[in-house]
Amino acid sequence: MTATTTTGTPAVRTYRDYDRPLWQRVLLTREMAIIVLLVIVAVVAVVSVRGFSQPITLTFLLLDVMPILLIALPMTLIIITGEIDLSVASIAGLASVLTGVLTQAGLPLEIAAILAIIAGAVGGVFNGFLVTVVGLPSLAVTIGTLALYRGLAVGLLGTTAVTDFPDFWTDLAKARVGNTNIPLVLFLFLVLLAVFVVLLHFTPFGRGIYAIGLASEAARFSGVRVERTKFILFVMSGAISALAGIYYTLRFGSARGDNATGLELQVIAAVLLGGVSIFGGRGAIHGVIAGVLLIGVLASALRLANVTSDVINIITGVLLVLSVVTSSFLAWLRKRRRAPGGTPRIEASTAG
Amino acid sequence: MFQNKRRAGALTALAVSVALLATGCAVDSGTGSSESGGDGDNLAITFVPKNLGNPYFDTSSAGAEEAITEFDGTFAEVGPAEASPDAQVSYINTLTQQGVGAIAVSANDPEAICDALNEASDAGVKVVTFDSDTNPECRDLFINQADAEGIAKVQVDLIADQIGGAGEIAILSASANATNQNAWIERMTEYLASDYPDITLVETVYGDDDDQTSFDKTAALLQTHPNLKGIISPTTVGIAAAARYLSTSEYKGKVALTGLGTPNQMREYVEDGTVTAFALWNPADLGYLTAYAAKALIEGEITGEEGDTFEAGKLGDYEVGADGVVLLGDPFVFDADNIGDFDF
Repeated sequence: MTATTTTGTPAVRTYRDYDRPLWQRVLLTREMAIIVLLVIVAVVAVVSVRGFSQPITLTFLLLDVMPILLIALPMTLIIITGEIDLSVASIAGLASVLTGVLTQAGLPLEIAAILAIIAGAVGGVFNGFLVTVVGLPSLAVTIGTLALYRGLAVGLLGTTAVTDFPDFWTDLAKARVGNTNIPLVLFLFLVLLAVFVVLLHFTPFGRGIYAIGLASEAARFSGVRVERTKFILFVMSGAISALAGIYYTLRFGSARGDNATGLELQVIAAVLLGGVSIFGGRGAIHGVIAGVLLIGVLASALRLANVTSDVINIITGVLLVLSVVTSSFLAWLRKRRRAPGGTPRIEASTAG
Repeated sequence: MFQNKRRAGALTALAVSVALLATGCAVDSGTGSSESGGDGDNLAITFVPKNLGNPYFDTSSAGAEEAITEFDGTFAEVGPAEASPDAQVSYINTLTQQGVGAIAVSANDPEAICDALNEASDAGVKVVTFDSDTNPECRDLFINQADAEGIAKVQVDLIADQIGGAGEIAILSASANATNQNAWIERMTEYLASDYPDITLVETVYGDDDDQTSFDKTAALLQTHPNLKGIISPTTVGIAAAARYLSTSEYKGKVALTGLGTPNQMREYVEDGTVTAFALWNPADLGYLTAYAAKALIEGEITGEEGDTFEAGKLGDYEVGADGVVLLGDPFVFDADNIGDFDF
């Protein structure tokens, strides 16, 4: 018997995973709502927006959202633990600049990129150190490092840009698989996606992440190494942000200090839209992927319809606010309805 | 069970309403431009400025719209809210997908938008750059508002005249990797050395085309260099911010200011004596010429080769120079006598 089952009242067994049939547990979720919304928006766009149904749309769309997709993976895990990492875009910018500066100094791009990823991981170590060892709130720490890493990036390269990269790599960043419209870089993402899905949903480490988000102290007493888990997540976030920064550099063929500015907000917006609770403990990777794609499809369709960027920002913002508000509102509604005499329902964790 | 259904129902309702809201906008504005071209040449010309909401590009787009209306094409303007190259790439890709006749773009980075422009060219879209160029192989034509020589010369001559041909001057530029400004500053430095040996350029600072940053940099310049006699600001945002600082400071009338500005922004400072004279081309003419050049490319009248000539409505005939560059003409000097004639 494990600790969790013995603490429940033995007579009434209301373990939340079995209080509804399987099809309901799969279909009636926030993740599924976002996926349905994504499909609806995509279908409406294909039907009504001229030019959206061309195959090339898929290529541009995937290339555009790739940095967001990449960074959203570690960000999901961090937000599930109840922390946040705002420095991701600055780390991406710093990695971009480092790649440029080191290439300019005569290093081969491969070495420069590896060094930039290491630098990104070191940036994550610094975040992780301040959050887990010093014990500062991650919001404050990463706002600080957001400015710090961006400052380093702009400081290193001044305001000039490095644009001289080997054609092989810049072409690879935009290459498609054979004659299809699938960008090659998608496979890099799929590999990382597989790693993160297994890590979050099928390992004790992943269960620990949810446990930390639901109740940090309880997790600690059940043997989850809270600090170590968070530390590892921040380091992963740094390394993957750096990878996204290198991709960004190669795709645009330009290393600049202001590369990827503001990307952290798009990543966090997509993660929250995808059903991850900002309070921690809830969320699943398939929802996040749908959230990223939803934002990407909306932006792409609206641009094709000649809607200005301000309106696109407004729509994305409204969508995000609605998604956060509805989840809180529905939780409140449920609680209110349950309150008189009903069995208390445990806020569902989406672990596993 | 019941609650779950309610919850799912609410989410679905939300989903559908947002989707309809979003795509509703899309459908309306989408159909507006989709019927462009018609039979014959596709005269849908879309302008992609560095960023939207910039008075300079609003003026150039107004000129472009005037020209495009004259030859019955379809004018559109899209662009990012912030002047970043990666955002421009998304818009250029979108235009490629839409299959417009020509893209007229002011590049935020000479290299970063190249691949997107090449893809547009491959898809049969004509590419014209204006105001700020890309690498020459990425576009068919570049409409140059004035050559660097002319712009550098007019500003240096103006400041030299205002400070009496001797003393310390400084430059307040846009961002440090702005293609235009850097080329001009280089020419100014050369021209100062050859023609005005008594004038020393003590510092070049960058206001990033941000009003507050430019304002602060002006203040810092004046404090760092107490003997400063003049400031050249070859950017419309910079000169307006510098003028605003000077007009309320003790340096008003003592430190000369010139550069590139728009009449509406500078009117107040010319009238109160902070600024004697400044220069600029007419952005409306720039947009107008760009539109006619795009039309000539779409209709196959020119290919962008050196020596090609085309007719540009009220502006007359133009010839394509080396590297596919078309020159608008000499910059125009605005002062207290003529500023009243302009409104842009």
